[in-house]
Amino acid sequence: MPPRPPAPPARFDDPRWAAAVALIVLLAAGVAQAQAVAAGQPGVVETILKWTPLIGTGFALNVAISAIAMAAGTLLGLGLGLCQISLLPPVRAGSWLLTQFFRNAPWLVLLFWCIFVLPFRVTVFGATVDIPNWLRATIGLTLPVMANVSEIVRGAVRSLPGGQWEAAESLGFNRGQTLRMVILPQCLKRMTPPWMNLYAIVVMSTPLASIVGVEEAMALTRGALNAERRGDLLIPMYGALLLAFFAYCWPIARATRWLEHRARVRA
Amino acid sequence: MTAPLVSVRGVRKSFGATEVLKGVSLEVARGQAICIIGPSGSGKSTLLRCINALVPVDAGEITVADITVTDPRLDKVALRRRVGMVFQQYNLFPHRTALQNVMMAPLHVLRQDRHEVEARARALMRKVRLEGKEGAYPGELSGGQQQRVAIARSLCMQPEVMLFDEVTAALDPETVKEVLVTIRDLAEEGMTCLLVTHEMGFAREVADQVYFTDRGVIVEGGPPGEFFRAQRDARTREFLGNFL
Repeated sequence: MPPRPPAPPARFDDPRWAAAVALIVLLAAGVAQAQAVAAGQPGVVETILKWTPLIGTGFALNVAISAIAMAAGTLLGLGLGLCQISLLPPVRAGSWLLTQFFRNAPWLVLLFWCIFVLPFRVTVFGATVDIPNWLRATIGLTLPVMANVSEIVRGAVRSLPGGQWEAAESLGFNRGQTLRMVILPQCLKRMTPPWMNLYAIVVMSTPLASIVGVEEAMALTRGALNAERRGDLLIPMYGALLLAFFAYCWPIARATRWLEHRARVRA
Repeated sequence: MTAPLVSVRGVRKSFGATEVLKGVSLEVARGQAICIIGPSGSGKSTLLRCINALVPVDAGEITVADITVTDPRLDKVALRRRVGMVFQQYNLFPHRTALQNVMMAPLHVLRQDRHEVEARARALMRKVRLEGKEGAYPGELSGGQQQRVAIARSLCMQPEVMLFDEVTAALDPETVKEVLVTIRDLAEEGMTCLLVTHEMGFAREVADQVYFTDRGVIVEGGPPGEFFRAQRDARTREFLGNFL
């Protein structure tokens, strides 16, 4: 039997950390609960449960925004990334500039910019369609996703040994065939962990949309707190929201690490 | 004598300010095996890469059969179905099995019939003594086995010339032999081979002609019997002295 590898040092995605964070939040809620009951007000847990359906629909919007921004950004980013390795210098330069611009812009500023630069409504073939705030915010998040995916693609392609290109070329493959059959299939495995990491970051950035007036989980939590007008609810309610994001993002982080680990073992 | 299959005349190539080939000429007749030896950086690998147009030349002319490699309107696919190349680092496609590696180019570049290609690929796997390894991924094979798959992959394009670029340089001493035996068999069957190699014993045994290159020129060359017995140039003597 092979010797058991030594236990790795505690990391921030260790289950024990998750347990610790959950404990702290619950503890804070528990203390607030005790105080509330003493003061004769409805308990903190009941109040949170009362608002959960509403804030839950907001959270669904966070997930939808992140999923749409990620899907659209990935498609655009793949194209932009391939342009970055184009043989045509103007294409390469243009896509590089676009990538760098959106990669180095603060996401919140991009959101504001998109909210104001995009029209409120468009008329297509005589039909007038309103573009809701959340959709414009989603587009705002799509841009940095696109730029980051573009860099992930470029990095993955460049990380492959040049011998792969040479071998394919010497076998008569043209550039498109080489990319499609030799280079990109190998890149896929390399791109998956950073791509999932990016998704987790996008999810965690969706509350930024609350600042530009999108009624997602963060905005609804603030709304609920305004309605309750109770200072003792501030920490437990924001804590519950934190937990909801953590519960959604942490499995993604775990899966990413598992994939990275598997890739290392195979290599 | 009939026209040479590969002809290189006055080829020059620079990378930036460094001139790697300073007017190289050689001819290879059909069925010949020639070995190019020489110190690192003498332009041997660049010369092979020029012959299959992986690297464009600055001056001079290269022809392979009736194809002018240095013609700007070169049909690269036509050239590469006639010239196979094997690299020092094998360069197998790691996401495909050994058999898929061998079959890919004939299927997708030459668009040949799948059954025909598969039969040929399996026969080539037997020929390089890798029967039973068809389904293995490159990562599961030893260096020597990977290099033999790479040879089979090139042969499946049914080339007329094979270029071998230091194909045993990255291998363990014990696996060098299995690769050299494969190449020797090929040469003996009449495949035209150009080898860049440091294996002097192999060059002496298999080559019809041996060329010594240094600093971008061919210093001297001749049949291996003469070449290894007596060298005209002091640089050749010094280089060979390192191996004896």
